[in-house]
Amino acid sequence: MKFDVAIVGGGIVGAACAYSLSREGLKVVVIESAGIASGTTAAGMGHIVVMDDSEAQFALTRYSQQLWNKLVPGLPKLAEFENCGTIWVAADDEEMAEVRRKHSFYAERGIRSEILDEASLSAAEPNLRRGLAGGLLVSGDSVVYQLFATRFLIDTAKRNGAELMVGKDVVGIDADSVLISDGTTIKCGNVVNAAGFTAAGLSPGLKIAKRKGHLIITERYPNFARHQLVELGYLKSAHGSATDSVAFNVQPRSTGQILLGSSRQFGAVDGEIDHAILRRMTARAFEYMPALRDLSTVRVWTGFRPATPDNLPYIGAMPGQANVYIAAGHEGLGITTSLGTGELIADAILGREPAIPAEPYSPAREIKEH
Amino acid sequence: MSKVRAEVLVIGGGAAGMSAALAASAYADVTVVDDNPMLGGQIWRAELGKIKSPDAKRLVEQVNSGKVNIINNAQVFGSDSHGCLLAETPDGTIELTFEKLILATGARERFLPFPGWTLPNVLGAGGLQAMVKGGLNIADTRVIVAGTGPLLLAVADHLKAKGAKVICIAEQAPASKIRGFALGLWRFPAKIAQGVALRMRLRDVPYWTDSWVTDCVNDDETTHTISVTVSQSGVARTLECDLLACGFHLVPNTEVAAVLGCRIDDGTVRVDEFQQTSIANIYCAGEPTGIGGVEASLIEGKIAGLAAAGQIDEARRHFAENGKTRRFGDALNAAFTLRDELRSLASADTVVCRCEDVEYGRLIEFANSREAKLQTRCGMGPCQGRICGPANEFLFGWKPGTVRPPIFPVKMEDL
Repeated sequence: MKFDVAIVGGGIVGAACAYSLSREGLKVVVIESAGIASGTTAAGMGHIVVMDDSEAQFALTRYSQQLWNKLVPGLPKLAEFENCGTIWVAADDEEMAEVRRKHSFYAERGIRSEILDEASLSAAEPNLRRGLAGGLLVSGDSVVYQLFATRFLIDTAKRNGAELMVGKDVVGIDADSVLISDGTTIKCGNVVNAAGFTAAGLSPGLKIAKRKGHLIITERYPNFARHQLVELGYLKSAHGSATDSVAFNVQPRSTGQILLGSSRQFGAVDGEIDHAILRRMTARAFEYMPALRDLSTVRVWTGFRPATPDNLPYIGAMPGQANVYIAAGHEGLGITTSLGTGELIADAILGREPAIPAEPYSPAREIKEH
Repeated sequence: MSKVRAEVLVIGGGAAGMSAALAASAYADVTVVDDNPMLGGQIWRAELGKIKSPDAKRLVEQVNSGKVNIINNAQVFGSDSHGCLLAETPDGTIELTFEKLILATGARERFLPFPGWTLPNVLGAGGLQAMVKGGLNIADTRVIVAGTGPLLLAVADHLKAKGAKVICIAEQAPASKIRGFALGLWRFPAKIAQGVALRMRLRDVPYWTDSWVTDCVNDDETTHTISVTVSQSGVARTLECDLLACGFHLVPNTEVAAVLGCRIDDGTVRVDEFQQTSIANIYCAGEPTGIGGVEASLIEGKIAGLAAAGQIDEARRHFAENGKTRRFGDALNAAFTLRDELRSLASADTVVCRCEDVEYGRLIEFANSREAKLQTRCGMGPCQGRICGPANEFLFGWKPGTVRPPIFPVKMEDL
């Protein structure tokens, strides 16, 4: 047997698994069909954010953010890591009540945040329109150029002895091997299915839907925005709903470029740009930040988030299939939660006690053993 | 968003576009959309509001005579899901719908990276000519014109006429190929006459073949003088000048065709003999179908215009003429192919992607343009890879990446 672990998928989640496992001395191979970080990872924003929509989501995002902060001193400058913080923007009094709720949720769990009133929000982000109610500044959040970070994780894993196979399409997973489309097999002690929205095809029973999103990037406008800005209605308008939705979500890149999201669509199968939803997305953004209208847009692209029914990723042993582990379904949080996922997978394979309870992410919640 | 409907919609107001519009306008309602303030395209760009060439002037007057609807200052940046095109204008976005579409989007210069090519006084040859036409005073300025292709001669001629001191023209192609190309011109008497007149006007300007710029430095930053090293038939010569005008022949503009899904082979839009692309009712004429010069553009435009207007028999009458101008284009492209030595001019710290400041040394390790793009952002800046894409294709053999709207930067509210 050549490899201890074969990881299917070279996105940021697969890369993080390779990073964590190779550090423990395991012989790892990453098998990627297209190119490192070329799928959902390439389409994302690179926001490293602590979420509060459920205890499990909070635990995984906070744990992962801590791991990112540990990684940062060794991260090359090209990874463009910036601790810019997130401001959750409240449009009205109802959303200010949500700001206060969020503030105490974070405070109870040791996350520093600061309530901004109308004036301090305006001072922090002069390009937001006047008359917004306020916001919550979560200063520990960051952004990263996730493509370079993925590459860094893979390169580090390679230095730890990992191998990388690109251009190989995995068509089947067994307890001791993976099957490649050219008919060859790769022998291994364990398999990690980190194949994003294609993971369910390899591990039947998982429920992963493609949730399409659009992003826009502008030319360079240094200091146009200083924090990642997300409308507080985001959860109401985007995460919660089953229909197509848009939300205001702006990110300043260290290059001075402005990255603008977001849209969420179920049922869209092709990656074509949908001008109707794109216009809804920009219209929503202009309501918050009218000055965006005049910024020069250089690119628009789409991507697919791998979404599970309960918005939590599948991390852990695949029920009924010995030595097979799942690390997939991270929806829109894969950049943040990749590092936590890598550690939880290493814990599961090595039989270690995880740093956070792992049950909420277990694929067993979807697949009952018979 | 305002909407424009056209029976025949022509994108581009250069030689091919005007010729197409004129041919179609006898039979159909025609709209021309062009990104410049005036018709003429690159080759016939107006000089301070006036077009010089008599042929061009006549064509512009005919197209302007009222039969053709002309929309200037409109940049096509993408297509809608319903198959219409979107263009940005000073007054916002317009939506263009059509029954037949003719793409006449022209060509741009190719640039190749060498140490110093990003200095402020190194410009594109065609770009410098456009600036001079726009009013830049070049009198008594010392200029070296370098690169490849007949455009170098035209540019040198124009600069000289405007009072510049053209130190030399450095043409990378070998003398034998240039001679062979010139000898082949007997089939094209007009070209010979043009060429002879041009050479007469440039008789005191050294025309060096087998010669290319290897390096360019600005030793004294207090002056604008740059030192340019030219490899002249294998001998390195260092020359001083104020401006270096560089261009390595032309690259077809195929982005609109690509966004519409037309088949593109080896960087050129694939067309049948009626200039129809792989998509029914979408035609393409001129440089995007293969660099062929102005005569080829005029003929192809005419065929496309007639075919789009349903005048099949009339269109067919121009096939023979088109074949002839195409042969000229083939000879042209063969004479000015880029030599291998140009692949090794850049050093590790030479910037290749100017928008994103990506150096040659960072690109070497990648296998294709997408990998390089994702890891380094090469080609992701405002020029959308128009400059570094063709350079990388030559340097590394990378196929250009997929084209996505907006194909030109647009204001976010115009998306």
